[in-house]
This record gives sequence, C-alpha cells and structure tokens, in this order.
Amino acid sequence: MPLTTEWTPEIIETEQVYKEMGVTDGEFAYIKRVLGRAPNYTELGLFSVMWSEHCSYKHSKTLLKQFPTEGKHVLQGPGEGAGVVDIGDGQAVVFKIESHNHPSAVEPYQGAATGVGGILRDVFSMGAKPIALLNSLRFGSLERSRVKYLFREVVHGISGYGNCVGVPTVGGEVQFDDAYNGNPLVNAMCVGLINHEDVQQGIAKGTGNSVMYAGAKTGRDGIHGATFASEELSEDSESKRPSVQVGDPFMEKLLIEACLEVIHHEALVGIQDMGAAGLTSSASEMASKAGTGLRMNLDFVPQRETGMTPYEMMLSESQERMLLVVEQGREEEIAKVFEKYGLEAVTVGEVTEDKRFVLEHKGGTVADVPVDSLAEDAPVYQPEAREPGYYEEFRKTDYVPGVRNPRNVLRALLKQPTIASKEWVYDQYDTMVQTNTVVKPGSDAAVLRIKGTDKAVAMTTDGNSRYIYLDPETGGKIAVAEAARNIIASGGEPLAITDGLNFGSPENPEVYWQMQGAVRGMSGACSVLGTPVISGNVSLYNEAAGGQAIYPTPVVGMVGLVKETSHITTSDVKNAEDLLYVVGGAEREFGGSELQGMLEGKHFGRAPRIDLETEQRRQQQVLEAIRKGAVSSAHDISEGGLAVALAESLFAEELGCEVEIEGETVTELFAETQSRFLISIKREKQNEIEELIPDARFLGKAAAHGRFHIIKNGATIIDEPIQTLKADWKGAIPCLVKSEG
Amino acid sequence: MCKVNIYITLKEAVLDPQGKVISQSLKDLEYDGVRDVRTGKYLQVELADRENAEQKIEDMCNRLLANPVIEDYTYTIEEVV
Amino acid sequence: MKFAVIVFPGSNCDEDMYHAVSEVLQEEAEMVWFEEADLDEYDGVLLPGGFSYGDYLRSGAVASVSKVIAQVREFIAAGKPVLGVCNGFQVLLEMGELPGAMLRNRDLKFICREESLTVEQTDTMFTSSYEEKETISLPVAHGEGNYYCDAAVLEKLKENRQIAFTYKNNPNGSTGNIAGITNEAGNVLGMMPHPERAVEELLGNDDGLRIFESILTHWRDVHAVNN
Repeated sequence: MPLTTEWTPEIIETEQVYKEMGVTDGEFAYIKRVLGRAPNYTELGLFSVMWSEHCSYKHSKTLLKQFPTEGKHVLQGPGEGAGVVDIGDGQAVVFKIESHNHPSAVEPYQGAATGVGGILRDVFSMGAKPIALLNSLRFGSLERSRVKYLFREVVHGISGYGNCVGVPTVGGEVQFDDAYNGNPLVNAMCVGLINHEDVQQGIAKGTGNSVMYAGAKTGRDGIHGATFASEELSEDSESKRPSVQVGDPFMEKLLIEACLEVIHHEALVGIQDMGAAGLTSSASEMASKAGTGLRMNLDFVPQRETGMTPYEMMLSESQERMLLVVEQGREEEIAKVFEKYGLEAVTVGEVTEDKRFVLEHKGGTVADVPVDSLAEDAPVYQPEAREPGYYEEFRKTDYVPGVRNPRNVLRALLKQPTIASKEWVYDQYDTMVQTNTVVKPGSDAAVLRIKGTDKAVAMTTDGNSRYIYLDPETGGKIAVAEAARNIIASGGEPLAITDGLNFGSPENPEVYWQMQGAVRGMSGACSVLGTPVISGNVSLYNEAAGGQAIYPTPVVGMVGLVKETSHITTSDVKNAEDLLYVVGGAEREFGGSELQGMLEGKHFGRAPRIDLETEQRRQQQVLEAIRKGAVSSAHDISEGGLAVALAESLFAEELGCEVEIEGETVTELFAETQSRFLISIKREKQNEIEELIPDARFLGKAAAHGRFHIIKNGATIIDEPIQTLKADWKGAIPCLVKSEG
Repeated sequence: MCKVNIYITLKEAVLDPQGKVISQSLKDLEYDGVRDVRTGKYLQVELADRENAEQKIEDMCNRLLANPVIEDYTYTIEEVV
Repeated sequence: MKFAVIVFPGSNCDEDMYHAVSEVLQEEAEMVWFEEADLDEYDGVLLPGGFSYGDYLRSGAVASVSKVIAQVREFIAAGKPVLGVCNGFQVLLEMGELPGAMLRNRDLKFICREESLTVEQTDTMFTSSYEEKETISLPVAHGEGNYYCDAAVLEKLKENRQIAFTYKNNPNGSTGNIAGITNEAGNVLGMMPHPERAVEELLGNDDGLRIFESILTHWRDVHAVNN
C-alpha cells in the first residue's frame, strides 16, 4: 500500500497498512489496546515514529541501562537534549553525539549538514552556547568512486553548515574500511558551554501554559525520517530521497542567538529541539516528562507548503525548528525576542492536565492519544543474542605479519587513509572561529580555552571498530580507553563520555551479541576510568543493500578538563635533542591492526588485550608528569604502532630522530598494543620522568638532521628523510580523492 | 502581474571554476562536443504590474541582484493574466 | 578609542572582533546590531567576518544594502577608520567603497589555515606598526576569498599604493595575490585574513594585533593634534 494515501482506520487494519510504516502486528495490537479502538491514519503515524528505534530505543534500552551514568561531575545524565558536566567556577559543558548515517548515505551533503544542525540544536536547547563541533566519520574504500563522492560531499556538508553557524569544527576522526562501502557513518558531536543556573529542560509544565513554535516553517521534507533511519538501506532507498531534509545554517545561526537570549526570559518554562520525528516527539516528550498533556491546533503551525495534512505536519522533519512552553499570557514577550532575528514564534497549543496528546485541525479533532503511550510506553524488546562462529576461531588464531622491509612498510602505512593526514578534511572546516581553539585538529585531542578563566577543555572522538568486530567486549573497552588516552595526552582529565552506537540490525542475533559485548566493555572501562555516560545515540540497521552489516561501531565522544592552560600538550615533538620515551611495552598483537588490513586485506585474529588497571595507572602517571611540566609532547600509540606514532610526532617541526629499539622488530615498530604513549621531554627532565612514569622506556632523541633513523643492535632498521615520510602521509588522501575511481 | 526571469552569469573575462569542472566532467562522460560551460544564477521575480517593469528590473539588478564588477544579466518578462 | 562592531544577521566573528579590541587591545568596544546603530558615538567601525544573510545571493550583497550602510558611508566619508575582515571585506566591495569583487576560491573549497602574508604598505593607519615587506602569518577562513579586479583596477591599486597585504602562496586564486586593500583615502581596509584571530600568544599567533594597535596609534596621534 503506498503511503501517499491517508487510509481509513478500517483499511489500515484490514490491509495492514501499518506494516508500511514499520509497525509490527504485535505493536498494532498494542496500539489498539491502548486506544480501545483502531488508530486513524494520523495517530498511526504518531506511533510509528515514536516507536521507531530512533526515538524509542526499543531494541537497545535494556543494554543502555548498563552504562554508568552518575559521577561527581555529572549535572545532567541521559534523558535531556544533551548531558551536562561541571567544570568548576559555576560553569559546565554540555555535550552529545548523534548519528546521521542513513540520510548521509542517500544525500551526503544535506545528510551531513542537517546532522550538524540537529546536534547543535540539542545543545543550545539546553541553554548552552555551542563552542565546538567534532565528527566521527566512517567510509568504505577510497578507491571506489561512490565512496570518494560520499567522502567529498559529507565533508563539504559539514563544512557548509558548521562554518556558516560560526561554531568551530575542531576534531573527530575519519576511518576507512570496506565494511562501510555501502553504509557510511556520520556521527556529529557538539560541545556547549553554560553557567549552571542557565540549564534548561524540555518540559511542558503548568496547565494552561502556551506551546509555541519557533523557527523555520514546516514543509513536507523528511517525513518518516526517523522510520527511515530504522530500516536497512535497500535498492529503493535512493527513491526515498524526498525523506532527506535540507538545512539552512543561516536560519540556525539566528535560532541560536534567539534561543540563547530567550532562555534568560523568565516567561520561558521549557524548550526543546524538533529533531527526529519533529513536532510529534518534541511535543509528546515535553508533556510526558512533565506529567502533563498537550492540545495543539495544527492550523496555527507555520506551513511552507499548501494543503499539508495533520499527518504530514506531525511527521515533518523540516529543520531549524524549536518548541517552547511559555507562561500563559506572556507569549508576545517571547515572540518579540524571535522577531528581532527575523524569526517567527507562534502559539500552537496549550498544556493540559489530562495527560492526553490532542491534535485539532480545521475544526475537528484529528488525534487523541495518551501522551505516555507515545513517549514512554513504546515496546521494549529483548532480542536474541548468538555468538558468531568467527569469534572463537579468531581467538585461537595467532596472526604474525610477514614483513621484510620495515622502511617500505612504514611508508605504506603512512599512506593508509585511516592513518594518513586528514588535513584535506579539516582545512575545509573553520577550526578557529570564536577564538578559543588552542589545539587544532591533528593532535590527539582538540583543546579550547575557556575565556575569562585559566581552564581549557579537551575533546575527542574515538572508536576502533576493527577491534570491536574481532572482540566486542575488549574493543568496547579500548574505545573508551583510547579516548581517555587522547584527553590525557592533551593535558586533560577525562570527565565523561557521550556514546554513538552504530550497529547493524538488532534482529540479527549475531549483531545483538556484538551490541551486548561492546556495551559491556564500554561500561567496564567507563567505571574504571571514571567517565560516566551522560548522553548518546543509537543507530541500528546500518546494513548495505544485500544485508552486509557494518563493523560494530560504537563511537566514544569524550570531554576532559585541563585545569590550567599551561598543561595543554600536543603530540608534536618541539626541539631537536629532546629525549623520546615510550610508555608501556609492545606485545606481538596484530589482530585488527592497520598492518594486517594492509597486508591481508581483511581483519581476523585476536584483538589487542587491554588491562584497565594498567591503563588507568599509566594515564594518571602521564597526566601527573604533564601537570608537573615534565612532558614536552605526548601522543597516544594507536593505529600503525610506535613507528607511525613517532613519525607523526616529528612531522610538524620536520625533525629527525635517533632511536634504538629492543625486542622483535616488527612488534616493536608496528604492534598495536594498548595503553601506550610516546612522550618527549627536555633533557633535564630525565630523572623526573623516570621517577614519575616507571613504565617509561628511553628510546632515543629527536635530531636536527631530519632523518628518521631507527637502529637495533647497532644495525640500521629504517633511515629515511622525515620529509619523504611526511609527503607520503600528507599526500595520500588528496591523491586518492582526486584520482579517477 | 508579470513574471520576470532573470539570468545572471559571470562576465566573459571572469574565470568560472565551477563551469570548468562541469565541462571537464561532461567530457569525461564522452560528450565530445562540449566546448565550454558557464554557470550562473536564475531568479524569478513577480511584479504586481507590467508598467516600467524593465526599468525596475534593471534597477534591481544594478543595485543588488547582480554585481556589475563580475556579472552580467539578462531578463525576459512574461505577462501573467 | 571607541569601536563599533557591526553585527548583521549571520555575522559570526563579531564576538571575536569584540574580544580582540576590548579584552586584548583593551579599548572600548560595543557590538551593535545593524538596525540599532548610531555610529556618531564611535571612533572606528569594524565589519566582522561570518556569513551575513547566509551569504545568500552573493557574499556581503544583502548586508551591503541593509539599514546601517548609509551611516557606514558617512563614517567613511568623514575619514574615520573602517576595517572589514572576511565577510566585512566582501560587504565593503559590494558597497563599492573598495574596488573589485569576490569570487569563489579557485579550487571551490572552503579553506581554513594559517597563510603567510607580505605587508606591502606600512604607510596606512592600519599597518603602521609593521615593517615594510615584513612576512607575517594570519589565519584565513573563507570559501569566497578569490579577489577579482580587472587589469586597469589592479594597476591603479598598485599606483596608489592601496595594496596592504599579499599572500606569499596564493591560496584562493586572488588577482595579484591580493589579501587586503585600502580605499584611495586610506581610511578603509578590507582584508580576507582574520587579524582578530591572531592576537594572543596562547592561541599560537599574535601577528594580527598590530593592525589594531596601528589604528589606535593613528587615532591617538590625530587626537593629540586636535587637542
């Protein structure tokens, strides 16, 4: 049955029209029980979007409950637009990550742009000024022309939106793997700054108070976006293109200004973004959270197109819209604030006490359902989990890469798109607007100073999905630990995380098993490292046409506090003659490594081990050394191992090095053993560093001669001009993007 | 009422990188006859009445719609009954 | 000295400009919403970067016909300093207060990075604190910074010594490597690079501060003479 006709309740039931909207037989029966009758078309639409995975988390709710969500710094955990964490001086950071995978797969520019717009609204609707954006991106192989196109357009979309709204895009990560050929991942994170007293909530309190609609007019764009995001991509996803919304960053910029002004207005009761499932979710969630009801007259909803039906208005995902609840009688005052910015704010309804969600249109009631049934009572599923056959096999596989010439391997690794310089990407982002960016993209974490204080905040996104594929629980731990290491290496103390969980279909037991393991691992690491989960997003059904699921990809967005700006540290080695140390020894661990992917074209074997106690101890020691001023540079050792980390640290100043390694050459150079740092120090700090970080082992020193020189037992292993390596590393992505696919 | 179609293009002397990229792409698709592509903007303006429409439109173009330093414009007027 | 930072809908470097002048230069400054401006109160006008009116139609075009513009023209005519950065430069071009026009970057991409510039002209109220031919570094952040003028205008700019800054490695295709120009009278400077982003050591670069210091020095000199 096509969705273009608005069927009668009888036909909806007899012809099972609800299935077209993603509502199952069981769910339909449940809706009938709740209403005591069959739903009409509009009502069915409300349920279908609110009970979609995207809005209801029906397949992931039980897992999400495992996350630790409390901590001494947490002011607001999951449940609002974004989480809030104290950073002292009465200030707090507000942050969240959100996926826009499906829209970006279909229309990459607008998909990515509106992803940025949506996450910004989540943050400023909390009352916070957005100070930074980060993006966690996954693409397939850059050899493919479709992937090149998606990559170019996603970056262009992020740049087009973020630059215009005046929020710097300061970091994130981009990884490439065949697993994402048909289904790219676009996760956008926003960090905001707020004073404690300004924190807003999306609640519709106070019977008789007015519901106001502000921002862009409602059109037919994005209808069923939330449902679309909860289905596998299929051959006809392309033809569902009308689902994709178009962003207007200029409107968003004005909306930010107006909202940050309106939150100081005492007549404001609650405010929430109209994100996924638009007016339906914002309105029903605000009422549900307040324990009230809502009555709206859709005739007053500003409409961009003519002849829109209640169904279309309620399900539209037109961008740049906010819903406000305002004290009765003071609507004009609020409207005036928006008017200054050329924006419309109109009254569309009122708060009621009967806990019902009632919609009127052209003199009639077009929907009347219990508020909680939409926002709270979505079915919760406990999907079946099954350990995939590969898991045990991988655990037993001891993979040893065959490497003859370490020099060639290093050069090749530096050209792997996941390792190569991402300058091509971040040069297109305004990384500096708002003039707070102390550490720009390219180091372990971005660092922004907080004006008027001597503090700074460090932020990063991480998540190596290859490890998670091999071993979800270990990989989940590593994702959190790596994010924390990046914060530590920048001089910050990890505060909390936001999680972006990207998986295939939860109805596939092997995928659900991956979800279980990853969440267990992440939860464990969050507990040990003291970084509770304060917000997040779940994106399921990430499967390309043909049912090929992506690698399980939970992304960790982490924010840390740098107590004094003098602690800010980058990964760049600063001076020739500075001493180089590696913290933590290497093991023969190559399962899921960049080296394995490059040599074998696939990933298998064991994920690197991680011991959270060791991780935590080393992190604290490195942070302590940084705070004491003993560390000149610090870099997390991750993809490509020590050799890559060392080269990356030397590129900025084009310094050489004289390094001597011990042990097995390939392991020392390229293993991706966890919980390790590369640090450089001034010569006079040698004793201090060896005392502060017992696991630090002397490697050698940076050298003015500009040669990357590594020896073992007196024999040269690698001797290459640093400029050659840098050219490999810098040139790889521009070269791949430009080449014919 | 009348409907005015305004076409704004970059002047001959001004480099049009977008046009170059499109032109190259068409050649890659083996449209061998493509000699050049120039990009531009198309605007639809509705005027309440036809009187002095030319003068009004030219005034609008000179003051705002086109930048005479880099752009040329042409227009057509359709009367709508 | 008292500066007005004009805020258009969509300006996004207004607060940065304000911060540079009030917190770093430590002079008086106010952010003035474009509809509410009374420029009589100010000694200098700063047109900030951003995307005024979303850069719709052409960058700076809609702002260049907005309400505050008549006052800006008067301010310029009175010989007082006006600095337009990035979108502010685009507005000044669209106003016709500076010659030429802005095109999309040569490679059609937005670029944000530090660029090396040559200070071409130090005999202006904006650049007197620099050395002639000094190399400085300032961040650029624009998608339409490809300055265009025809050969005759370029010749005139050179003749009148109106070219204030040029790029060492032209990032956007601009004519004559131009990064910033003044008007003939010398009291209007338009430039694509962002001096307000380079005023503090903590952020890694303070090469831009001397532009603001030059303006202040000039104002103090004039002021001293008048008194």
